[in-house]
Amino acid sequence: MRDFDYIRPATIPDAIAAAAEPGSAYLAGGTNLLDLMKGGITSPERIVDISRLPELNRIERLDDGGLRIGALVRNADLAYDPAFAKSYPAVAEALLSGASAQLRNAATVGGNLLQRTRCSYFYDTASACNRREPGAGCDALEGENRLHAVLGWSDACIATHPSDFCVPLVALDAVVEIEGKKGRRHVTLEEFHRLPGETPQRENALEPGDLIVAVRLPAEAASFSANARYLKVRERTSYAFAVVSAAAALVVDGGKIRAARLALGGVAAKPWRARTAEAVLLGANANEVTFASAAEAALADASPSGDNAFKIELARRIVVRALMSAQAGTPERLPALPASPFSNIPGARHDA
Amino acid sequence: MTLELSLNQQPAHARQGSSIGQPLTRRDGFLKVTGAARYAADNHPPGMLYAVLAVSSIARGRVAALDIEAAKAHQGVVEVMTPKNRPALAADPDAKDHPFMFRLDLLQNDQVRYPNQSIAVVIAETLEAATEGAALLSPRYEVLPARVGLDGAESFVPRGVGVGGPAVQHKGDVEAGLKSAKTRIEATYETPAQYHNAMEPHAIVVAWDGDTLSIDTPSQGLAMAQGRIAGLFGIAPENVHIRSPFLGGGFGSKGMISGPQVLGILAARLVGRPVKLVLRREQMYGPVGHRAPTRQTLRMGMDGEGRLTALDHHAKTASSTFDDFFEPAADASHTLYASPAIATSHDAVRLDTGTPLFMRAPGEATGSIALESAIDEAAHACGMDPLEFRLRNYAEVEPMTGKPFSSKALRECYRQAAETFGWASRPLQPRLMRDADGFLTGWGMGTATFPALMFQAEARAVLRADGSGLMETGAQDMGQGAWTAFAQIAADGLGLDIDQVDFRAGSSDLPNAGIAGGSGHTATAGMAIHNAGAAVIARLADLATGNEASPLFGAGNEGVLARGGRLYRRDDESRGESYAEILTRAGLSEIEGHGKGAPDPASQETYAKHAHGAVFAEVKVDPDFGQIRVTRLVGAFAAGRIINPRLVRSQYYGGMIWGVSFALNEEAITDRRSGRIQNANLAEYHVPVNADVPSVEALLVHEDDPHVNALGIKGVGEIGITGTAGAVANAVWHATGVRPRRFPIRIEDLLG
Ligand SMILES: Cc1cc2nc3c(=O)[nH]c(=O)nc-3n(C[C@H](O)[C@H](O)[C@H](O)COP(=O)(O)OP(=O)(O)OC[C@H]3O[C@@H](n4cnc5c(N)ncnc54)[C@H](O)[C@@H]3O)c2cc1C
Ligand code: SF4
Repeated sequence: MRDFDYIRPATIPDAIAAAAEPGSAYLAGGTNLLDLMKGGITSPERIVDISRLPELNRIERLDDGGLRIGALVRNADLAYDPAFAKSYPAVAEALLSGASAQLRNAATVGGNLLQRTRCSYFYDTASACNRREPGAGCDALEGENRLHAVLGWSDACIATHPSDFCVPLVALDAVVEIEGKKGRRHVTLEEFHRLPGETPQRENALEPGDLIVAVRLPAEAASFSANARYLKVRERTSYAFAVVSAAAALVVDGGKIRAARLALGGVAAKPWRARTAEAVLLGANANEVTFASAAEAALADASPSGDNAFKIELARRIVVRALMSAQAGTPERLPALPASPFSNIPGARHDA
Repeated sequence: MTLELSLNQQPAHARQGSSIGQPLTRRDGFLKVTGAARYAADNHPPGMLYAVLAVSSIARGRVAALDIEAAKAHQGVVEVMTPKNRPALAADPDAKDHPFMFRLDLLQNDQVRYPNQSIAVVIAETLEAATEGAALLSPRYEVLPARVGLDGAESFVPRGVGVGGPAVQHKGDVEAGLKSAKTRIEATYETPAQYHNAMEPHAIVVAWDGDTLSIDTPSQGLAMAQGRIAGLFGIAPENVHIRSPFLGGGFGSKGMISGPQVLGILAARLVGRPVKLVLRREQMYGPVGHRAPTRQTLRMGMDGEGRLTALDHHAKTASSTFDDFFEPAADASHTLYASPAIATSHDAVRLDTGTPLFMRAPGEATGSIALESAIDEAAHACGMDPLEFRLRNYAEVEPMTGKPFSSKALRECYRQAAETFGWASRPLQPRLMRDADGFLTGWGMGTATFPALMFQAEARAVLRADGSGLMETGAQDMGQGAWTAFAQIAADGLGLDIDQVDFRAGSSDLPNAGIAGGSGHTATAGMAIHNAGAAVIARLADLATGNEASPLFGAGNEGVLARGGRLYRRDDESRGESYAEILTRAGLSEIEGHGKGAPDPASQETYAKHAHGAVFAEVKVDPDFGQIRVTRLVGAFAAGRIINPRLVRSQYYGGMIWGVSFALNEEAITDRRSGRIQNANLAEYHVPVNADVPSVEALLVHEDDPHVNALGIKGVGEIGITGTAGAVANAVWHATGVRPRRFPIRIEDLLG
């Protein structure tokens, strides 16, 4: 590991001033950043440790009925906050389906949004990777890519964004609150992450020094609480990234869909809001036929980027099931295996 | 110096005169859960430096340049070891005097023969400085194309497979048997490269003192490691002292001393200070062995009653370009199912990987998943229940050799496991069972088997005038419970309560306990302990029966019994005296005896010796997503005498979970161009987590074996993985109707 300066600012302005210097990185839970540093994928010259800034650690109800989640709230603390889990059950379920208990205890809200892709060529510094080294090429294109993107990819990069948390958040119109040299601004989560295009290294809307201070959920997000689910298909029962996942949230009245939210995970370089599918759902009858058309719409633009055509069909099926589960209603209690297809079968005693 | 461990925690049970057979909890458990157990990397001798490997990112070629200046200029870096300044060795690391001497990469030249091969070692005052120094070397290479995958090179028939068995074997006429068959099946199965991935990475802490070496490093074979190191450095084996009280898992990867461990010793030599070298997780994917991939084709013929008429098992596998280890996968078909004609054969390719080595039932596990899948296919082709089919083809003698089994309680294993599992209600056809939530449900089974191996071991027993005992052997505890099981055997061998016995192990200055591998450690070192106990008791009995003052006078050696720290007359148990009395009278502070453990050549010739088991698996499969969960596993195993049922059950659980891992999780994903492994970390190299194994049950089936050894011990370490992997695969077929032919089974294989 390269030598670096370590700074622990006492205030947000100090943090931003420190991080505005080139070669700086914020340290939150460190569960992603430290791995990247040890592997030589990133080598910041200056670490700005924000983990002890108290004002970033709060969950606040806003006057307009919305919620403001401080960027340093731990993934586990947020998921186990009873009021939060009640209002935004799909978000809690997504959080608890991610990583392991130990990681969730350390990982923060801001860090989760900013975690880097799991593309193995990105981590393997001997491979060509445009995201790590602009212009180098992309070794994933002809490589081991069965888990890569099927939506929104480009020839420059076919990686996915691995976050579970972001999937229901983007469905619920979450907004990222950013503080930078020029003050505070708000960017919707949908616009926060970027598709690769020709510049996969530009992953999000942050400028140098920008600090995520909070994630906001608008008042409307809580209106889906009775019919909201997150579903995650993975290669073992727990402690694995999504092959494909989906968050679905509905408001159903007299069999008709009055409001619908749908987003996919593991399919693109950003959490994928499926707006065309939402349009299919809105006003339609809440049944499997409708959900199947929504799934078709959600994946209409999908194409394999490698050995991963199966993910497209898998994503369609997950969309249908996620919508069915949302329609069936949020379960009274969070399942022991959150977001798992096996969340309700006997023997599901352990949450690893 | 011997290692002093406080392992005298009170066993939580009532004993009836014997330690063997008691479910004692681990005597080292308290040390482990409190963090007091000292693993190799926990050592820190004064003046110690840190060594970090620089490893190759190419699979084949040569190192053209290293920026040694940059590394040395980094603050804290003390030295950089490369082929140019590496201290001389007394032996060529590429020499191979015998098949178990594996070639090591010890910076002998600038050639690269696999990714993650060591190309330099940076030694520094801190781990961070050494790590950065290694990065600053920025190697440049001359790259040659990598040979990757089972079709990546020309195939050949290896001279020997596994520990040197013939690559091609047959009995009877397989082609004729297939021709005469009423029903035939043929199927090809692929298994991937797998890596041992012990939790504890290979680590070494070394201090030289003149020409003597003091080493802390995990080892499954202390005496072998000692001999290998002594040979490489041209010093006497007794000058090499290795301590290995605990291993954080080995699985075969710590059986031989590996190249990186020797590089730690060389680094300490070069700088003249103690050195610590610990592999990073990704560095374990190359120089410390792995399980090679296989492609196996099975052909079977059956007569009208479902009896095998022929069994043909071919396995293609791979070794490195520079050494020989060939996964003996097809040999799994030698022992389980009766057939008048059996043929097994292997061919192989040489790839740009590290040399594969023994890993978790080498050959048995890989061969078992293919054989048990094919048997399932054969049963289905005959319209028979898989258990009935296996019973129809039950081997009364070892099929390949015709030798009788020393013991074989497999029928009882089938019966008990099937009954506990509830197998009888299984529908024959696949895809018929759904649970209340709509999940496809399937039941599958597999037969487990593993040879009852023994190696060579020695032990030393001491009885002291205070009535206590000491047992010493350089045994290795990889987590299997050697500290406990051997202490139990020692207690019985010495006729003492376990708390009266000091048991010492895990150090190379103790008698050679052989290797903790091949599931043969308990049998081998256990017999050495047993015999050492008998030897010292015989000396004690001599002292007593030859002395007129003893109540045992004249009883003769055969006429006395040892129990609870006393000798008794066999014909009159009211007459006896304590060990302390005998030794005190003789004026001796202590007496000692020695014992050996080794296979008996005569019974080796006569009998086929194997442990057996039956494993039943229930899986649920999401019908739309193909995601699989093993919801229930029941195994029943017969493995001779059980020294400690609690430890043995844990071994079976572990083995069965590795079986699930083989069927559903493990795979080293290799880039087909570079040969580099893409998931060399525990986040992406999957093994089961708790949620993957919600219900695992292991039944211990009674078995007396008078032939394997005097204690009747077979091995329990590896058998669980065999049978289980196939049972899971067969359950997936039964749930879905899709026959898994490549492992691990993937979501896309089941999407339909
Ligand atoms: C083995 C493993 C398995 C995992 N499995 C899953 C999974 O299944 N699902 C899932 O969703 N995630 C998974 N994760 C990822 C995990 O969720 C992230 O590592 C974690 O959320 C990152 O949060 P952190 O606080 O530790 O971030 P850090 O590592 O501290 O930071 C990550 C990045 O964000 C930047 N940063 C952090 N906070 C801020 C801020 N407030 N403003 C600006 N920049 C900031 C840092 O500079 C850094 O670049 C897994 C991780 C590991 C290691
Ligand atoms: S897919 Fe993207 S992250 Fe992966 S190697 Fe290509 S450019 Fe890099």
